[in-house]
Amino acid sequence: MFSSFMLNSWIVATMVAIVAGVTGMFVIIRGNTFAAHTLPLSTFPGAAAAKLIGVNEFWGLITFAVLGVVGISQLSRHQRNDVATALTLITLLGLGTLFLSLSNEYSQGVYALLFGQVLGVSRGEIGPVALLSVVAVGLMILLFRPLLLNSVSPDLGTARGISNQRIALLFLAILGLATAMALPVVGALLVFSLMLGPASAARLLTDRPVRALGLCVSIALATVWLALALSYTTNWPVGFFVGGFAALSYGLGRGWAWARAARSIHEVIAGR
Amino acid sequence: MNYLIAVIFQPGFFVSGPVHTAMIIGGGAAIVSAWIGVFTIIRGQSFAGHALADVSSAGGAASFLLGINPMFGFLGMAVLAASAMEFLGVSRARERDLVTGIVLGAGLGLTALLLYFDVTTRSTTGAATSVMFGSMFAIPASIIPAVLIIALAVVLLVAAIYRPLLLSSLDSTLAEVQGINVRLIGLLHLLMLSLAVTLSAMTIGAILSTALLIGPAAAALRLAKRPGVAICLAALIGVGATWGGILLAYDSYNWTPGHGWPVSFFIVTIIFAVYLLAGLPGRRGRLGIPTTNRLMST
Repeated sequence: MFSSFMLNSWIVATMVAIVAGVTGMFVIIRGNTFAAHTLPLSTFPGAAAAKLIGVNEFWGLITFAVLGVVGISQLSRHQRNDVATALTLITLLGLGTLFLSLSNEYSQGVYALLFGQVLGVSRGEIGPVALLSVVAVGLMILLFRPLLLNSVSPDLGTARGISNQRIALLFLAILGLATAMALPVVGALLVFSLMLGPASAARLLTDRPVRALGLCVSIALATVWLALALSYTTNWPVGFFVGGFAALSYGLGRGWAWARAARSIHEVIAGR
Repeated sequence: MNYLIAVIFQPGFFVSGPVHTAMIIGGGAAIVSAWIGVFTIIRGQSFAGHALADVSSAGGAASFLLGINPMFGFLGMAVLAASAMEFLGVSRARERDLVTGIVLGAGLGLTALLLYFDVTTRSTTGAATSVMFGSMFAIPASIIPAVLIIALAVVLLVAAIYRPLLLSSLDSTLAEVQGINVRLIGLLHLLMLSLAVTLSAMTIGAILSTALLIGPAAAALRLAKRPGVAICLAALIGVGATWGGILLAYDSYNWTPGHGWPVSFFIVTIIFAVYLLAGLPGRRGRLGIPTTNRLMST
């Protein structure tokens, strides 16, 4: 499980988990779930396009991540946010089907890009992923306070001179960056599971932003490591475990919140 | 003139059996999706519509594995996911999106696993593409009656509950005051949504069925002032885009010899072009849909 070819996978998966954990918390606070699902899916045609013209996969992914971010922000100027997101998604995915069909790698390529191929990470992929994750996490740390303020109370943020539009665009850009790096590993369809699951549990466990962030990253790491180990032993797709653990974290988080509420009610009654 | 017609409609287009089947089923799916799509957009449930379509792909993958009719697989999974969302559902919009996302993630994980079993046990390598991106020209003609019955049922149901559905979609508080059972209407809408996405998932694929659901409806809502007009317009755009896409895909076999371009690509491109054109006359929102919207969804 820890042989040399698996080592690359462990390193990349760890970086992916850290970035997903950090961005995931804000995805939930800001209610950007649909965008977090759309950006990876609309980024994946980039990989097919890059294969078609024969350049490095990463350039294709970055290009389409940018297209996705621009599409969502431009269309939502004249349209409801969720409709704009859906329109961006279908347009870029439509292009994706064309690229995939022209590049003759239809079935196998589709499966790997959609559901991830964590066991086949090459050494050359580590460099770009590391660079992107440092940029993404760095941006998140720089923007932590304004982003938090804007997400929790947009009006208060505006009063402090933080532009809502700019913050929203910036956050989408970080999201695009994070998905472009995570996509080849976890797959387009399940990147957002890795963002949602840990964060949905963490926000119920603590009220403090920094502690919640730490919890997010820890749960994301646990999810990815477990998923990787199980995927290695069972040979089942890693995406299945990531999606399952995300749902499990959410369920446990809700159970915990429910139990705590029940206990506090009980204490109140007993106290009287 | 004859030459032009021969170029547009390549020989064999009107007599090809698979083309007929694709046009009937695609047309039915487009009409149903467009009708439901208008209400879905007004209710702000685009994400739920997309999620149901994606999750239904697990059913499609399962039916490949079990060797049953894909329609029942897609349909069963879509209804299951709709009930899960309703069961876990919360009234706050942001929390509802999160629940949708979690159900979507779990469902897609299941799809990944089932497709993996498809590939390993039955060596059907095309399963992933045909479930996710559709296989319009490979639909058996035998399911035409079932598809038409579902389409008709949805259209009739929408007609029957048109007013309460519209009112509760536009303003649920007002609807409640008028004595409408908003929760029941919401449940019916979700059920019809599952039926609609099932039909389009079979034709243009699970992850692109959102195109037929949201695209024509969004374009129509840009053009029409009245909801009734918007629904008819959306159906027209949907059917036009689907048939146009089938025609172009059939023609494309001659552009790149021996290798056609995917139908889904043409359908989506036509829909998006219509949407952009619909915005040209005037950039004003209709039906209480805000024109300018902050990036952050609220």
